[in-house]
This record gives sequence, C-alpha cells and structure tokens, in this order.
Amino acid sequence: MKLVTISGPPSSGKTAVLVNVIKSLRASGLRTGAVKYDCLATDDDALFRSLGIPVQTGLSGNLCPDHYFVSNIEECLKWGISLNLDLLVSESAGLCNRCSPHIKGVLAVCVIDNLMGVTTPKKIGPMLKFADIVVITKGDIVSQAEREVFAFQVRRANAKARIMHVNGITGQGASELTSLFLKAPETECLDGGILRFSMPAALCSYCLGETKIGMEHQLGNVKRIKIKQEQP
Amino acid sequence: MIEILEKKIGHLTAEFPPLTGFFSDYGITFNDLHATLGDSLDLLPEEIYEDMGIDREKLLENLDGFLQRITLSEIDEMPSVSDITIIGGHDKSGKLEQVELTLVRGSITSIVGPTGSGKSRLLADIEWMAQNDTPTGRTIRVNGKQPDPELRFSLEYKLVAQLSQNMNFVMDATVADFVFMHAESRMINTIDTIVTDIIVQANLLAGEPFTAQTPLTALSGGQSRALMIADTAFLSSSPVVLIDEIENAGIDRKKALSLLVRREKIVLMATHDPILALMAEQRLIIKNGGIHKIIPTTTREKENLFQLEEFDNKLLALRTRLRSGELIEAL
Repeated sequence: MKLVTISGPPSSGKTAVLVNVIKSLRASGLRTGAVKYDCLATDDDALFRSLGIPVQTGLSGNLCPDHYFVSNIEECLKWGISLNLDLLVSESAGLCNRCSPHIKGVLAVCVIDNLMGVTTPKKIGPMLKFADIVVITKGDIVSQAEREVFAFQVRRANAKARIMHVNGITGQGASELTSLFLKAPETECLDGGILRFSMPAALCSYCLGETKIGMEHQLGNVKRIKIKQEQP
Repeated sequence: MIEILEKKIGHLTAEFPPLTGFFSDYGITFNDLHATLGDSLDLLPEEIYEDMGIDREKLLENLDGFLQRITLSEIDEMPSVSDITIIGGHDKSGKLEQVELTLVRGSITSIVGPTGSGKSRLLADIEWMAQNDTPTGRTIRVNGKQPDPELRFSLEYKLVAQLSQNMNFVMDATVADFVFMHAESRMINTIDTIVTDIIVQANLLAGEPFTAQTPLTALSGGQSRALMIADTAFLSSSPVVLIDEIENAGIDRKKALSLLVRREKIVLMATHDPILALMAEQRLIIKNGGIHKIIPTTTREKENLFQLEEFDNKLLALRTRLRSGELIEAL
C-alpha cells in the first residue's frame, strides 16, 4: 500500500485538496482510505466518508498532535493494509508551524495558501522544509505577481520540493497532483521507520498539567526568552 | 557546493549580497566574517538547527538552489517559447476533438462557452503541458515539440499566467515595494527601471491615477487590474496570459490587450463580452469539455466592433456624467 502524509497550517486547504485528489483516484479505480488527525474536533471524517471511502479519525486532545500522530500512524497503516487499500492518505493539522510529521521513504506533502503572506514560508519548519511536494492553494483570489513571489519564497525554504498550485474549490491542479501520489513508494511497515526531522520538544511541568505561573512551578524542558536591552 | 564551504563569509556576502537575506531568513547571523562558511556552520549549536527546523544538509541543499537562481544558471537553461500547439483529445462523452491549433506570440484568442463547459480544463491542460495524461486526452507541444516533463515543476517555466476578476492584491505593501519584490524574485538586474515602467504603464491603463506610494490594498478594482496587467506584461516569465473576464470599469481594455500583445504574450481570454471577443483574432467555442469549433473573427465582425465600441464609449460617457453629479435626462 502507498502511504502519503499531508500536513499544513490550519485552514490552508488540506482537506479540500485531498477531496479532489480522492475523487480523481477513485476515477482511476484505486481503493483509497483516509486518516484524519486533528486536535479538538473535526467534521472532515464525514466529508471523506461521503466520498465512499473508509476513514479513521484521531483527536489528540490536550497532547501535541504531532506526537499523537507518530504514536498512532503505524496502527493506521496496518488498518489500511487490512482493508487492502491501494493508497492511504494521512492528514494532520500543523498547529505550531514547527510540526514535523514527515517520515523518511514516505511521500510527504505540505499544503499552504497564498493568503498567508510572503514571509510565511520561512516561518514554517520541517513540515514545509522537508516535504517532497508543496501544494499552494487559494491562487484564484490573489494576483499572479503575489503567486509568483510566494512560490519563490517557498522555493527558498525548500529548494528541492515539487511546487504545485491546486485550487481546492474547482479542483484545478488536483489530477496533476494525483499523478504524483501514484508514484509514491509502497509502505508495508513503519516499525523502525525514521522521522525526517525531530518533532517539537516537550516535557515540562506544564505538559503534565501544571497551571500556576512562576519560576518555582517551571520544571523540565524550559526555554527562556532573551530580553534585549534597548540602548538609551 | 564544496567550494562554497571553503569561502570566507565576508567574501561570499560581498560576491552574492542576497545571501545575507537568505541566512537571516533562518535567523542566522555570522559574526566572524573571516571564518569559512563550512566552519561557521559547524560552529552553530545543534539547538539552533532544531529551532530552525532544518538540518545542515537540508540548509546546504536550499543554499545551493538559491545560489543557482541568483547566478541565473537556472534561468539561462530555460528554452524560449515561440508557439504552443494544442492537439485535440476528446470531450466529456468521449467524442474526438478534431483540433490542432497553434498559438503564436503576440496573438489574441478568446474562449467562449457556458460555465462548466471546460474552459478551465483547457487552460489547465496548457499549464500542465498535458501529454495525453489528463482527463481530456489532449497533448500540448511547445515550439512544435514535446516539452521536457521536468519543466512541469519549474517555477521559471510556468506556461500560463492568470488574471481574473476575482483576484485581489492581499499584500500589505506599497505599489513600488511590491513590484520591487516581484522583480527581485525574478532576479532581474534593472529593477528600478522596470518598477518605474510598470507603474507608468499601469497608470496609462487605469482610469484614475495612482502613485508608487499607494498601498496595494487601497487600489480600486480597475487600478488593481491595470497594475496586474502591466506587471504581468513586464515581469511574468509566462508566455501565455489567461484573462478571465475583465470588467469594463476603470480600465482601458483595448490598451491593456495591446500592451500584452506588444510584450509578445499569447493572450487567451475567457469572455462573453462581445467587444473583447471580437478584439481577438479567433475564438474557441467550448462545449461539453471539448473544443467544439474555432471561429476566426470575420471582416464583418471587425466592422461591427467599431460600432460596439461606440456604444461602449457612450455608456462610459454616461458613467462619467453620473459620477460628476449630472442628470442623465438627455442621452
């Protein structure tokens, strides 16, 4: 079975892009399934199900969605294989821009949109910088020039990725993206697999439920802001 | 790549000034200008890489890609496009499209057909340089030949630039700053001249003038469209320009089209406005996902165009009168 990981900031159009890709995969007779990782709530499972494909939903709740993803992706892979799927897409929301859900040897896609502003690509970490394909959406509502500048900034943040423009509403570009999904490598097992980059670090007292503010309550992996003194 | 690692930071940034910006994007500033790039990168603590969300290898890969662009080697290799040929596939019912249509630089073709008839798909086929591998089965040739499939993913070699009624500027910048940024991303040497040219040309197209210091988001619909067209004419590397219905207010459409033609663009225009449609040399009738017919604009139609423009001018004059507070009792 082929596995594809899709990530991207909230509301960038991941699901809209995937819906179009799934339609196009279905048209070519392939059995596709989807896993949606989200944080608090999602309606996207119903959307995927309405396309007639099997879906799993994972809500990370108060855990880092990225860590939740990596602890559960193997189980989801097994589920997909047990259903004899040809391709499984795993969609996860990139909440902190430092997310890093991509796995070595598994096709990695990042979805970002033109409305985020030209400085955004450099502010997005591994989910963009280590992706194989960067999909740019919402190109139909900004100017050609802004699209070109934005794509240039993406290129600066990730020199080797394929950059694709897809319109999540009309589906323009989706069949082209699908042709790249079809070239994804086969993934039969993730045991022993390696993330392309380390995930955001955690483990401080606040991870464990601390709510009080103050030095004495801060334990574990704590990082300090460097306050710069303005010269008078 | 290895040579670059052995160069001193001070020399590198003097040779390629944009490099300073490249590194500062990653939050890296080098203090010792006499140290080599390789040594400086080795000295960066692991923690910094972790915070940046990138490792040394990937950073060097991006640096290599960036250098290739600023040294223009990538752009030099791009073949120039003199014409594009669309070889028909089939419509939605599988009926063959009996078409082999070559579009040359500096020509205008209009595309007509109801919503959902397949206008966007035609454009997408051109943009993707379809090789009988899209739902329509069409094939696109560039300069009469099959294009290198890798070019599909090149940023410099996008065949189609698009311009539609729904597009707006969303960036928080002045007109001049923005056009400058666009020119910079295209690695153009004569940035200042081109910025001035674009603003002058855009003002010739726009009904109401704007300056270099006007914020992008304060431009009216017509002014935005005018700037988009002038910018595309001068700065877009794409040989094909697709225009999706430009409104008749606040922009001189005739001048806009002639600017694009002067800049040797292949203009495709999805429109149901008779004036725009007749300005084209030919029009493609799209039906059920296929090119149903190609109609060259007839001499009679061209004569009618003259009359249509008179109607149009009358309407525009009424608009101006309305704006200046006159009564419209006498036409």
